[in-house]
Amino acid sequence: MAALYQINIRKALADARLQSAIYASTGRLMDHRRHAMAPDALPDYQELRTQANLIKKHTIENLDHYLEQFEVQVAAHGGKVVWAKDGGEVVEFLGELAKEKGARLIVKSKSMTTEEIDLNERLGHQHLETVETDLGEYIIQLAGERPYHIVAPALHLTRYEVAEIFTRHLGVENETAPEKLTKIARATLRQKFLAADIGVTGANFLVADSGAVVLVENEGNARMSTTAPRIHVAVAGIEKLVPRAQDLAVFLKLLGRSATGQPLTVYTSFLSGPRRGEEIDGPDEFYVVLLDNGRTRVLADRDKRQSLYCIRCGACLNHCPVYRKIGGHNYPWVYSGPIGAIISPQFMGLTHDPWLPFASSLCGACAEVCPVKIDIPRLLLELRSEVVKAEERQPGRRLERLAFRAWAWVMRHPRIYEMLGLAAGALMGEGDGKGWLSRAPALMNWGPLRAWLSQRDLPPAGRSFRQLWRVRSARVKS
Amino acid sequence: MAGRVSLFVTCIVDQLFPRVGLAMAEVLERVGWEVDFPEAQTCCGQPAFNSGYRDEARQVARHFLRVFRDAEYVVVPSGSCTAMITHHYEDLFRKEPEWLEEARRLAPRVWEFSRFLLEVARLEDVGARFDAVVTYHDSCHALRELNIREGPRRLLAKVRGLEVREMGKTEECCGFGGTFSVKFPEVSGGMARTKIESIVETGADYVVSIDSSCLMQIQGVLARAGLPVGTMHLAEVLARQ
Repeated sequence: MAALYQINIRKALADARLQSAIYASTGRLMDHRRHAMAPDALPDYQELRTQANLIKKHTIENLDHYLEQFEVQVAAHGGKVVWAKDGGEVVEFLGELAKEKGARLIVKSKSMTTEEIDLNERLGHQHLETVETDLGEYIIQLAGERPYHIVAPALHLTRYEVAEIFTRHLGVENETAPEKLTKIARATLRQKFLAADIGVTGANFLVADSGAVVLVENEGNARMSTTAPRIHVAVAGIEKLVPRAQDLAVFLKLLGRSATGQPLTVYTSFLSGPRRGEEIDGPDEFYVVLLDNGRTRVLADRDKRQSLYCIRCGACLNHCPVYRKIGGHNYPWVYSGPIGAIISPQFMGLTHDPWLPFASSLCGACAEVCPVKIDIPRLLLELRSEVVKAEERQPGRRLERLAFRAWAWVMRHPRIYEMLGLAAGALMGEGDGKGWLSRAPALMNWGPLRAWLSQRDLPPAGRSFRQLWRVRSARVKS
Repeated sequence: MAGRVSLFVTCIVDQLFPRVGLAMAEVLERVGWEVDFPEAQTCCGQPAFNSGYRDEARQVARHFLRVFRDAEYVVVPSGSCTAMITHHYEDLFRKEPEWLEEARRLAPRVWEFSRFLLEVARLEDVGARFDAVVTYHDSCHALRELNIREGPRRLLAKVRGLEVREMGKTEECCGFGGTFSVKFPEVSGGMARTKIESIVETGADYVVSIDSSCLMQIQGVLARAGLPVGTMHLAEVLARQ
């Protein structure tokens, strides 16, 4: 019996249109990144990565200090920090704020953190309308889907599918030209910006020494979300901090390039506090909700806390041959790809989706492109050993443990190892592959062998190296 | 004699690709090294380590360390197994200081085959001749854990009669990944099929790598697709005369 995740993965693999959409989009992002990181374009790329890693390491190890500093700075600029231990507390805060201000409509800019806590759906239960204003997010909100990718939420959809979604949900004519589709979205969203009472954003960075929220985007919708409505609420994970504004010189060089190959995104906004007396733009009220939602638990683990260094550039997804095959919706949480594979088990528990850390060939392409040098393959290996331990009483795992125990015993007894090798060789048949094995279909049905043969042939069996070496040595001596 | 090397042929070469081990011995002897094969060797422990069974991996790794303790040089026809010994034994034995010390003492003497030729034997030309067109597959662990990229290409460039054609996706994983290949067979197979498209495009007769496990995967998918491209370990190419 195949598990649900296996069935879904097979479905994605069998969908030729989906496969080519994923491959084309991620391939484009890979190409753009490669050009942006070329030695003549960014000669100090490796030094920047090292710096980024060290700054994140320092910040995460001193997070309590920087969080307090940030809170003081936000207050000093006339804003307010709200602490939330989980999504429920974020929803509670926003619900009460909306009630108090008589707010009905919330515009949002793209934020994985709010996706993480299902903010839109939960606010909907409180009769608050939330509208995503990033084009990709808007498309998937209309379609009722989860983001397919950390930076490109509608990466899996072709313009024809987008046209259909717009026709179905907005009642517009079927237009398939990207410019026309954008125009339709823009016209609809403009009305929402003007009518919205609250703008909710995420944060790419929080700057401790100035209390600033930094937003990076290409469409200008985040800037609209933070200036048009009267109230701006930024929802951010506590790991988003950097100590000083000057640290952004490192991160902003890396983020756009890693994500889309852009030296800098079209808009980079530094927002600290509400509009002050003489200023023209900006909200009347400014809140930063700092979300834990399991982050302090990750922080407590010395080896794995580097997972919190992530700046959500999505490069590891684009370069992951597994993500490129199975796609973003086959990961159990909103965070997909290699980064999703290491943070989901830590946030949701090891046994929630125990298969996830094993769904990797450990090729290391993710770690190679990670701008903050998270050692993803090593963390996958750690998580694998933790899953095995957590599931030691589960029957399938018991059997697997028994197999590895037997294997380890054989590997410590070279003579028995050799005898078993001979036996396996006899089963497979020497040279021609026509041993007992091919005449005993029941043996071919043994799990791992069947799995191997479902995709590929086996190499022809023959004598082992050690046998041939003895023959050779005897010949040399005589 | 330049010195003495001990072969660690790896379990996969021992059982499935013995000609790779023989070719490696032949090349090393040809360039003046004395070669021995410690018969007590089996495996480095990677299959258990990568599957999350660290106790079992440790038992096998200790056996490995005992067998090769006194070797002058250990030469390995695999980037992946070399990286297991030189990189991952650190993690494996982090709570066993005595074995960690053993692992650290041995690590500088453990060499992936192509790197040994270039950096210890200091040779690019081993006197090989092979009239064929080949393409080189960068195996992931050699590339990203050992940073082996140009070395094997330099050795191939000196082979008389050989034409090397780069494939587009040379740095993309073949999809093997040890137990991943049987835990997620469709994903693994899909990755391999993407890889072989890139191999076939070059029109090469053979795809060459320094890891037999990748080649087992690539060969298996090529054979299943009925494609007339062979697989060869670098040692086999260098052994040709």
